[in-house]
Amino acid sequence: MAKLCTNLYSVNSGGNKLLFDLYVARALTPQTAETDAIRFLVGTQSLKYDNQIHIIDFDDENNIINKNVLLHQVGEIWHISASPADKGVLATCYSKTSDSKVLTCAAVWRMPKELESGSHESPDDSSSTTQTLELLCYLDNTAHGNMACVTWEPMGDGKKIISLADNHILLWDLQESSSQAVLASSASLEGKGQLKFTSGRWSPHHNCTQVATANDTTLRGWDTRSMSQIYCIENAHGQLVRDLDFNPNKQYYLASCGDDCRVKFWDTRNVTEPVKTLEEHSHWVWNVRYNHSHDQLILTGSSDSRVILSNMVSISSEPFGHLVDDDDLSDQEEHHPEEKNKEALQDSVIATYEEHEDSVYAVDWSSADPWLFASLSYDGRLVVNRVPRALKYHILL
Amino acid sequence: MAAVAAGPGLGSGPGDSPEEPEASERRRKAHGMLKLYYGLSEGEAAGRPTGPDPLDPTDLNGAHFDPEVYLDKLRRECPLAQLMDSETDMVRQIRALDSDMQTLVYENYNKFISATDTIRKMKNDFRKMEDEMDRLANNMAVITDFSARISATLQDRHERITKLAGVHALLRKLQFLFELPSRLTKCVELGAYGQAVRYQGRARAVLQQYQHLPSFRVIQDDCQVITARLAQQLRQRFREGGSGTPEQAECVELLLALGEPAGELCEEFLAHARGRLEDELRSLEAELGPSPPAPDILEFTDRGGSGFVGGLCQVASAYLELFEAQGPAGVEKLTAFAKDLGSRYFALVERRLAQEQGGSDNSLLVRALDRFHRRLRAPGNLLAAAGLSEAATKIVEQVARERLGHLLQSLRAAFLGCLTDVRQVLAAPRLTGKEGPGLAELLANVASSILSHIKASLAAVHLFTAKELSFSNKPYFRGEFCSLGVREGLIVAFIRSMCQTAQSFCESPGEKGSSTPPALLLLLSRLCLDYETATISYILTLADEQFLVQDQSPVTPVSTLCAEARETARRLLTHYVKVQGLVISQMLRKSVETRDWLSTLEPRNVRAVMKRVVEDTTAIDVQVGLLYEEGVRKAQSSDSSKRTFSVYSSSRQQGRYAPSYTPSAPMDTNLLSNIQKLFSERIDVFSPVEFNKVSVLTGIIKISLKTLLECVRLRTFGRFGLQQVQVDCHFLQLYLWRFVADEELVHLLLDEVVASAALRCPDPVPMEPSVVEVICERG
Repeated sequence: MAKLCTNLYSVNSGGNKLLFDLYVARALTPQTAETDAIRFLVGTQSLKYDNQIHIIDFDDENNIINKNVLLHQVGEIWHISASPADKGVLATCYSKTSDSKVLTCAAVWRMPKELESGSHESPDDSSSTTQTLELLCYLDNTAHGNMACVTWEPMGDGKKIISLADNHILLWDLQESSSQAVLASSASLEGKGQLKFTSGRWSPHHNCTQVATANDTTLRGWDTRSMSQIYCIENAHGQLVRDLDFNPNKQYYLASCGDDCRVKFWDTRNVTEPVKTLEEHSHWVWNVRYNHSHDQLILTGSSDSRVILSNMVSISSEPFGHLVDDDDLSDQEEHHPEEKNKEALQDSVIATYEEHEDSVYAVDWSSADPWLFASLSYDGRLVVNRVPRALKYHILL
Repeated sequence: MAAVAAGPGLGSGPGDSPEEPEASERRRKAHGMLKLYYGLSEGEAAGRPTGPDPLDPTDLNGAHFDPEVYLDKLRRECPLAQLMDSETDMVRQIRALDSDMQTLVYENYNKFISATDTIRKMKNDFRKMEDEMDRLANNMAVITDFSARISATLQDRHERITKLAGVHALLRKLQFLFELPSRLTKCVELGAYGQAVRYQGRARAVLQQYQHLPSFRVIQDDCQVITARLAQQLRQRFREGGSGTPEQAECVELLLALGEPAGELCEEFLAHARGRLEDELRSLEAELGPSPPAPDILEFTDRGGSGFVGGLCQVASAYLELFEAQGPAGVEKLTAFAKDLGSRYFALVERRLAQEQGGSDNSLLVRALDRFHRRLRAPGNLLAAAGLSEAATKIVEQVARERLGHLLQSLRAAFLGCLTDVRQVLAAPRLTGKEGPGLAELLANVASSILSHIKASLAAVHLFTAKELSFSNKPYFRGEFCSLGVREGLIVAFIRSMCQTAQSFCESPGEKGSSTPPALLLLLSRLCLDYETATISYILTLADEQFLVQDQSPVTPVSTLCAEARETARRLLTHYVKVQGLVISQMLRKSVETRDWLSTLEPRNVRAVMKRVVEDTTAIDVQVGLLYEEGVRKAQSSDSSKRTFSVYSSSRQQGRYAPSYTPSAPMDTNLLSNIQKLFSERIDVFSPVEFNKVSVLTGIIKISLKTLLECVRLRTFGRFGLQQVQVDCHFLQLYLWRFVADEELVHLLLDEVVASAALRCPDPVPMEPSVVEVICERG
């Protein structure tokens, strides 16, 4: 207990912040396929220098952050996502400038084998031996325009990937150990003006046949089998929708955030009204993430430089706390007063993290430790935080 | 000497000088009183008018006069001359006394003689009278004797006469009995039912007693037949029932006297009454009917009051009089009857009142209610158990409540109407170029119109509490109506609903082209703020004064309402800031997103959109300035002129982004962290707004510039693109600082924009500050 406490303290006190001095960064993802080590991937944005992907290892026991750097020479990284099946595989959306044109492309990469599962070298000589990513394949977008986002099939074998390019939604099959990407199917959004997808997520429910996308103020659901629209939430937000995420435990629930400073929770069966609305941020909300196991925990990052962790018990899959086994009678007696406490627990903001000094563009939960999350701000600062211990025990017990 | 002393004592001697005894008498009286006071006995003082010592033996008139002592004294004390004098004096006195005595004796002798004569005469008279008395006694004895003899002679006759008189009376009774059937018949024929019933009542007991005699039996039977006919006729009349309650009551009274069963009668009586009252109700109901225009409510309640309630009153009083003997059971019957009919009447009245609910003539309604309530007091007093008064009071209360609800509704509607008007005015195209009524004027219009509506409502409900109304002293109207009804239910509820309505404008999703015009938000915000500062307390004081609240139930305090209004005003203003900020943000965003920044040309001008931004901001400034006060700026702004400001900022810009692209890492870090220190005061973009112009403008500009920053960060700039941003930002700096509370804020945000643009530029070559200035001044 005592150790956890000091960990918490040192993490929050800024001991494990990373500053990418020369770089600004927007892209952050946990290494999805890794379930033991706490590892995040961060992509940088620089127009002048070679961009990098930083592999951040957080040593929970010793409370140390290690980083390894991989060169990503093709351009600045706008979006990054890791394969859910293969630790070494990731996809990036990057932009390259040529002939006074900016084009955003997407590609699938493999990192060197030795970096896949953590670094064994000391951090200080990482700069000398910078390694490069191995290109697996490009997602060819010459016909479709700028890539906004790449998302992997969440439960699959890492063979299916969806990318959003301008107004097209493209489903790719990765073949021959991901060295070839074949466009399996696609759909496009037709309408007035220039329609552009801003973000998309692949639902883990329904056998992974649903994808939700955001364009302007609208949220849309798609069936990946027929590539047809399932539902559409018009004017989901007052302004641009920046991000969305699926509840990992409740199949019809989905969270979205946007420029109107709000986070909204939707039941896709009834798209006329949001189930709940949070309005805690004072500027655009760029990111919203459900905790992978405890879906009452909602993480949001905003350009007001704040990260907010909220507890949305009332619309979670465990609205009355953890269910107690009925046959465990002795336990039940002990738990009885606690049950009441849990019922009294309201939807609330658990914590507001203010370590960042610039806009926070990315937040995400660790794939290995459900109580740990990272946030990344534009000035290149990465902060790793923990869910407050009291709340953790409250949820667990 | 004793005789001398007695002379003046008798005081009737004719020779006495008149003044001496009088004076001495007076003196004696005074002395007597004094002596009485000093405890000396009267007897000692009697007959001694002068002389200090009554025992003085030298006093000639004293009781203890001793001649020797006197003489001694004279001889010793007086000279010869005086002695001579006193001697002559003495002799003269003695002579006078002797002559007095002679006169007295003479007079008294005469009186004695006449008295003796009188007594002798009386003796004679008495003797004569004795004889006459003896004669009288004899005569009286003779008379007594005669009288006794006459009495003895008449005794027999007297007895016979008495007997005959008894027989005569009996015969008359019998004759009455024998004549009874025919009399009854006659009475029945003539319709003199009362007379008939009286006869029958007189004869009944006798007939009852002698019914074992056959002749009486016959009479009784006849009587019974006739009585039955009579009863039947009475019933007939009773049933026909065309006549009013008094006749009915008479019939029933007669029938009761005929010994008809009271229970049955009272049932019947009530049934008849019910029929009549139901007719009344039906006619009332007909007036309610949907097709003919209902008569006005006052007329309706009047009719109900005189027709139904009057009827009920008559029935009840007649019933109570007639069936007093029935006891509590009878009263219960009547109570149930009244309750039943009363409830039907109330239902009708309620229906009629419901029709009135939408009406506007409050005084008429109140008068009608007053009559209604007043009329029901009489039967209510007669039949307390039926609860008619209570029910009537309840209806009145219900109406009052509904009236309050209705007034609240109309107040709300009036408020919404005001808003619609404002919207129309705001939306109306300004044809003449001149602005229509200014915002301030609109605000004043709205405020006064709402206030007058509130006052009108208060006046309307005030009618309910007028002293002369029969229901105004009911506890509901004294307490709950004033506090919970008027104050809470009407005024507080209206202010609350006003706040809610206003807040609902904030709730509307901030879609593009959100339907609420920003000016309306601003106006409502100011309205709520005005309410907070003055109007609420004014209205509540007004209400409290008009309705002296005696009820101690908790009421919403002014402060709570004020806080609510303030919160509403704040939210509206914040929403206004958001909406206006969004408008400008959208402009800026579009301008950044749609431009190809990589292949743009060298900047020659400030982009039009920036001018537009400044224009719009100025317009907003003017708009807000119409309703809100200036507010406080940081002191520094007052003396910072444009020129110093621009020099300062451009030099700072240069310092900021030029070295940040040199590869030397440590210095860069220093600089970055330095700049971050500048940001230590975090800029809350959508922060709460204060109620003044500067704060509002600051909010709008913050939102706009932050948007610009975020948009710039999403783009990649060519060299000239960067320079264009530089020019635009400088232009904004030139014009926006004057609107905000802290111009440093504008500096920081614009610096950040330029720095971000530089970061997003592969080839960052900034423009010369002087050139930037020239371009900006030209544009």
